Amino acid sequence: MSVTAAEGWVRRSQDQSWLSKLLDWKPLLVVMCLLPAVGLLLVFLTYPLGLGIWLAFTDTTIGRSGVWVGLENFEYMMEDPIFWNAVFFSVFYTAVATVGKFGLGLWLALLLNNHLPFKSFLRAIILLPWIVPTVLTAIAFWWIYNPQFSIISWVFIELGLRDTNIDFINTAWPARWSLIGANIWRGIPFVAISLLAGLQTISPSLYEAALLDGSTGWQRFRYITFPMLLPILAIVMTFSIIFTFTDFQLVYAITRGGPVNATQLLATLAFQRGISGGQLGEGAAIAVAMLPFLIFATLFSYFALARRKWQQGEAND
Amino acid sequence: MATVDIREVRKAFGSTQILHGVSVGIEDGQFVVLVGPSGCGKSTLLRMLAGLENITGGEIAIGGRVVNNVAPKDRDIAMVFQNYALYPHMTVFQNMAFSMKLAGAPAAVMEREVGKAAKILGLEQLLHRYPRQLSGGQRQRVAMGRAIVRNPQVFLFDEPLSNLDAKLRVQMRSEIKELHQRLKVTTVYVTHDQIEAMTMADLIVVMNHGRIEQAGAPLELYDRPANLFVAGFIGSPAMNMLEGRIENGVFHGPGGVAWPLPPGAPASGDVIYGIRPEHLHLDPDGGLPATIHVVEPTGSETQTLMHVGGAPVIGAFRERISARPGEILRVSPDMSLIHLFDKGTGQRI
Repeated sequence: MSVTAAEGWVRRSQDQSWLSKLLDWKPLLVVMCLLPAVGLLLVFLTYPLGLGIWLAFTDTTIGRSGVWVGLENFEYMMEDPIFWNAVFFSVFYTAVATVGKFGLGLWLALLLNNHLPFKSFLRAIILLPWIVPTVLTAIAFWWIYNPQFSIISWVFIELGLRDTNIDFINTAWPARWSLIGANIWRGIPFVAISLLAGLQTISPSLYEAALLDGSTGWQRFRYITFPMLLPILAIVMTFSIIFTFTDFQLVYAITRGGPVNATQLLATLAFQRGISGGQLGEGAAIAVAMLPFLIFATLFSYFALARRKWQQGEAND
Repeated sequence: MATVDIREVRKAFGSTQILHGVSVGIEDGQFVVLVGPSGCGKSTLLRMLAGLENITGGEIAIGGRVVNNVAPKDRDIAMVFQNYALYPHMTVFQNMAFSMKLAGAPAAVMEREVGKAAKILGLEQLLHRYPRQLSGGQRQRVAMGRAIVRNPQVFLFDEPLSNLDAKLRVQMRSEIKELHQRLKVTTVYVTHDQIEAMTMADLIVVMNHGRIEQAGAPLELYDRPANLFVAGFIGSPAMNMLEGRIENGVFHGPGGVAWPLPPGAPASGDVIYGIRPEHLHLDPDGGLPATIHVVEPTGSETQTLMHVGGAPVIGAFRERISARPGEILRVSPDMSLIHLFDKGTGQRI
């Protein structure tokens, strides 16, 4: 009985239910899978950006929805010396800090790429400035730069090198350099660790081949390390430029843009006008004015990051 | 061109001994192959020759000059790496001219020298390509070109063919040998492939566990392996090794089968009886009974896995074999090509 049942057994083909058929329908699957990502992007990126751009063309203030005023905000901005001062300082801040971060970061990466005792411990320590919340960094530097309690001033005076405290943040140029110093300190780990990752992708046998070819240490850096690091250098630099240009926290926490707006970045100025001052439209216009710079940086990355000819495998000329 | 003398060379990484006193004398223009299993120290020895590893003990002399403390670039050697180590961001021309560029050679000299090497290797059409755009064999040639351009006293090759497919490997093997015959530069070549060693070398150095097991001409190693390791390493398929005892002038192998002994064999003792698969012959009238397990016809010969007295024995026969697994063949060894090794020391008797 059971034997005949086993012999007569045929695999039953199952009919799909309408729900399972629907869930197998590709267009629906595509929409369902894309929805979360698209939703997040729309709500948290596109809407605020769009709103910001729209606000820049209105005279909205806090508590009063504004009306369309066309380019009025921008016209006012063009004649505002404080705005132009912020543009200058944003560019200067970004340029000097980027040079500093990359100079020191590359040097640190090259050092860490050698065989050192406690290598992984050192690498972990290097990351610290980057892990610490920016505001904490800012408060620490605020103390370091404090007119009365600055530890740097104290050391100099104790060593007998100076008689008075150093004025770090209460005069325009010292304040600018002090902020750049703090930004460099904070930015080095990101550059160093990224470049270290890049350095470690370079095959050691290339250095050995170059050693046999008769190269000096500098020539190995110049002809092998640097060209092979260039692709990752371009990526890291683009990110670094964007982050530095849009920096807000460090400056706001240490100087609030002072003294007398000398250290206003576009971001801090936009905040001051828009939130503290209540002129949302004007603040938005200043923020929108950052877009061309950022788009330029992005385009730079797009072209600089385009795969170089030597990285391509397919095209056989 | 130069002689290379390796005298009692030792290498240790920390407390780990890699090489235990290795000595090899290489004549001017010789093609020497260092061969052995992974981790035997052959690559380390080559890198010590190149100056990429320092020498813990002993001496290395190139052209009569001791180079223990000479920088790699001053040793007048050129090396071809296993992964070729071509500079990926430089064209073939730039790769080959790099050493001259570093030395400050004028453009005309670079053009001439690279042109010469490219002609030898048939790379003229590829000088403006990047390494990524080349096939494995072409990259291999560029790596050799880079070495040739240096016009060194000694060429070093570190497993240069191991990244190529089987067919290309055979082709490049003969290209390298041809190149050596043409340039007559002293060459040290590292490989783990005994066929490469056999086909290319003037002198084979078989290494194992940081020691030299035997050094000699390829056929010398094949005909008279000094010990069990060399006997098993050289030759493919590997030599059959049968453990047993000689009593009253008769060798009793596994299962008590009595294998014939060559004249001059010891009268008694525990031995390993070695016979190469190609030195077993079909002998329907008087051979030893062998049960067939697997028959592998390759066309030119038939490799057969058999059991004699319960022990696996491989035979490589010229004849085609129509017998099926389970049937019995009768085989006998070539009396003059039997190798006997001491069971305790593994040394040839």
